[in-house]
Amino acid sequence: MNVKKRLLDSPRMTRAIRRMAIEIVEKNRGLRDLIIVGIRSRGVPIGERIAKEIETMEGHSVPFGVLDITLYRDDLTTIAPQPVVKPTKLPEPIDDKVVVLVDDVLYTGRTVRAAMDALIDFGRPKAVMLAVLIDRGHRELPIHADVIGKTVPTDADEVIKVRMAELDGEDEVLIMEK
Amino acid sequence: MRAAQTSLSSKDLLGIEPLTPEEITLILDTAEGFKEVSERPVKKVPALRGQLVINLFMEASTRTRVSFEIAEKRLSADTLNFSASGSSVEKGETLIDTAQNLMAMHPDMIVIRHKHPGAPKMLADRLPASIINAGDGAHEHPTQALLDAFTIRERLGRLHGVNVSIIGDIAHSRVVRSNIHLLTKMKANVTVAGPPTLMPVEVERLGVRVVHSLDEAIEGADVIMMLRIQLERQGKLSFPSLREYYNTFGLTPERLHRAREGVVVMHPGPMNRGVEIASDVADGPWSVILDQVTNGVAVRMAVLYLLGGAHAAE
Repeated sequence: MNVKKRLLDSPRMTRAIRRMAIEIVEKNRGLRDLIIVGIRSRGVPIGERIAKEIETMEGHSVPFGVLDITLYRDDLTTIAPQPVVKPTKLPEPIDDKVVVLVDDVLYTGRTVRAAMDALIDFGRPKAVMLAVLIDRGHRELPIHADVIGKTVPTDADEVIKVRMAELDGEDEVLIMEK
Repeated sequence: MRAAQTSLSSKDLLGIEPLTPEEITLILDTAEGFKEVSERPVKKVPALRGQLVINLFMEASTRTRVSFEIAEKRLSADTLNFSASGSSVEKGETLIDTAQNLMAMHPDMIVIRHKHPGAPKMLADRLPASIINAGDGAHEHPTQALLDAFTIRERLGRLHGVNVSIIGDIAHSRVVRSNIHLLTKMKANVTVAGPPTLMPVEVERLGVRVVHSLDEAIEGADVIMMLRIQLERQGKLSFPSLREYYNTFGLTPERLHRAREGVVVMHPGPMNRGVEIASDVADGPWSVILDQVTNGVAVRMAVLYLLGGAHAAE
């Protein structure tokens, strides 16, 4: 795959995440009942950074959790080998809380559908919001993001690659061609 | 660096012997993800939705059957229990005919417990469904060894270099056989002990140390695995009396002091208190016997999940 364009470098990614954090605080008029939940795997470092930004801004911490959606995928019986299952870790009960799901790329919407199903097996949140670093379009389900780092029009044969320092050694978002 | 293995190479789990260390690690790592599912308020995930699992138990079992059944239900599989008593088996149907009849109902997986070693393999060679061995005669009981390993890893953080002593009826135990295969593959040090009459000839060739006294086996052990004395064999016991067995090989708190600090005591169940294990040990701080039961569900979920995807690959 060829790199077509570098969409974000490290400073721009940091700014995008900071702005996402501000929007989340604004939309919730503060932090009461807020839980940030990162979707494995790239949603986890993004969610952690959002939580950290909010803490710096508002002066106290927000609970942070990790959601593994593998077992809720709609293509689980048609893909092989089976994807690796990892634990879900939620910091506290989600009943009557506002849960902000965080993922790297919003594309077909199927991951988010699975994430909502997974989440609702843990309780009944007051509301669920979606925050994504990149929205690339081409939805296959009626799902939209509440907070977006960057909207990028793409072709279906393009691939968005998000790399995070925590997992990949470097922060960047690339648009690649198959 | 070699990429971590993400699937099992076989459609079946017939034993530990054919598995690679990477496959064992994959199953144990996957089980960690599943252990968390059993701690949720809604203990169910849709991973095996629409898949049919038949539990074919041709030999008595409560613990293993119930554990598999819970694992299947937590993965949203449809389950069907079939046991020998009260079925066509009593009318003289052969195992192959029973299996082919069941196969006509299109199960995705069959979990089988059978008194004859090799029965699961016979089905695996003939049927497209994934076969999981839940114990075949004195051959293997792979999910028991996997849950034991999971429990050891959970307590001690590793398998490599851990000193495991297995004590009791070594000769007739499929649990021992699977455990020896698993633990030696994972580079643990295995010691076996028991009355000479219950010790198979040349067991050393499996890569284990043989001792004949309980104290020797306990000395320096990180893990002590006690085996059940099969009371149903009463009358043809391989030792003079149960009392003598307890005095010679029964695990008591006093004897445990020879073991390493933080020693862990395991038992595959069902226990005979006062025969192979004293109540004070079974209920004491060393015991992880009930953790083994809890972990059994997670490990079986992992196996079902990893084999459940095998059909898609075809």
